[in-house]
Amino acid sequence: MQVLPDTAQVWDWLAQVPDPEIPVISLTDLGIIRDVAWQGDTLVVTVTPTYSGCPATTVINLDIEAALRAHGIEKLELKRQLSPPWTTDWITPEGREKLRAYGIAPPVDGTAADGRLAGRISRLAGRSNLVIACPRCGSNATEKVSQFGSTPCKASYRCTDCLEPFDYFKCI
Amino acid sequence: MPSLPDVMTPEVEKLAAAQAGQGAPAPQDQTRDALFEWLLRTGDNALILGHRVSEWCGHAPALEEDIALANQALDLIGQCQLWLGLAGEVEGRGRSADTLAYLRDAGAFRNLLLVERPNGDFGHTLMRQFLFDAFHIELLDAAAASPDARIAEIAAKAKKEVAYHLERSADLVIRLGDGTAESHDRMQKALDALWSYTGEMFHDDAHDRALAEAGVIAAPSTLRAAWDRTVGQVMAEATLRLPGDVWQHGLTGAGGGKRGVHSEHLGYILAEMQFLQRAYPGATW
Repeated sequence: MQVLPDTAQVWDWLAQVPDPEIPVISLTDLGIIRDVAWQGDTLVVTVTPTYSGCPATTVINLDIEAALRAHGIEKLELKRQLSPPWTTDWITPEGREKLRAYGIAPPVDGTAADGRLAGRISRLAGRSNLVIACPRCGSNATEKVSQFGSTPCKASYRCTDCLEPFDYFKCI
Repeated sequence: MPSLPDVMTPEVEKLAAAQAGQGAPAPQDQTRDALFEWLLRTGDNALILGHRVSEWCGHAPALEEDIALANQALDLIGQCQLWLGLAGEVEGRGRSADTLAYLRDAGAFRNLLLVERPNGDFGHTLMRQFLFDAFHIELLDAAAASPDARIAEIAAKAKKEVAYHLERSADLVIRLGDGTAESHDRMQKALDALWSYTGEMFHDDAHDRALAEAGVIAAPSTLRAAWDRTVGQVMAEATLRLPGDVWQHGLTGAGGGKRGVHSEHLGYILAEMQFLQRAYPGATW
């Protein structure tokens, strides 16, 4: 009889699957794997999408399937879970360091937009209401260029000290 | 000899009973129909605005804005897939999100007239976006409180994304309104032109009332006060003048996007958006 690998082993395998958009971090670094469980002889992996329209979601599912099949998993079910919605708070500390080293400023926790403009309105026009350290030179002298960067999950910034543009993984 | 059946005199009562499905629909059917309508409205708003915004791809005045618009379109299309997916499930006739998006004709679309308005200049696009975002965030806030978990979880997810749409559009409306004489003038013109399409967002009809009474989701009219506050604050900061009481499209008579009576613009959007599925039915890639 086939021995089913334990779930800790599956988590380790998933920790080696890179995010297709930002390959320096893994799916577990990103915090989108919500659960790994055996239901009988079927492995059920529960995944939550980052953004509703993120085109990487389909690729991520394919990558999970390919990786687990390569490790000999035969019966696999991928479950989508919307609630609670993904938050950047779930990006691991190691994941944040990898982002910074890659040139993407990691999210500053607790600063997500919440749709209540009143408190932010006077600070909205023209500049960022956050201090985002430049991932290249570490300077805090940075400014927001656009609320959206190369993907919906990032904003576009530039450093006024080293003059380099960079992506900020915005808090959500 | 038996006489032939009388085909000239309509059997009005029998017809009416057949149409009503033997008497009035059960309350759960009424709520289901209203919910299907609400999901189409919410999904179609995201779909049509997403398509409109995507028309800027490759044409925006600056690279960063081009990318921002395309990313926002992506969020909206993603949200539309969730809403229309649920709409198909609630309807129970096996229609998927793609079937609903690509194979309905204009009369079956339920989006607001505001979101099908042409893009105009960049300022006009941003003004339309801001007026909608300020409504969208309140709508999703209300939907996130729904006891129907399927609605609440999509709304909670979409709300986080829309909060950034609103910050961006408010920021740019303020910068351009309180900008140069030219940008101020264009933003004021955009506000004046779009204002008569804002009333439809808060207009309750029988479906809205049915859902509110069943406790599924608050009626659109209850979102008005918060929208007024946000819009008032941003326009004051942007040094733009609110148009005040003007005639509103879609509230009276048979018109209104929520009821499927659209402006000519929607047909052109659909012609482009649906062409491939119409010309090559079932095509996938």
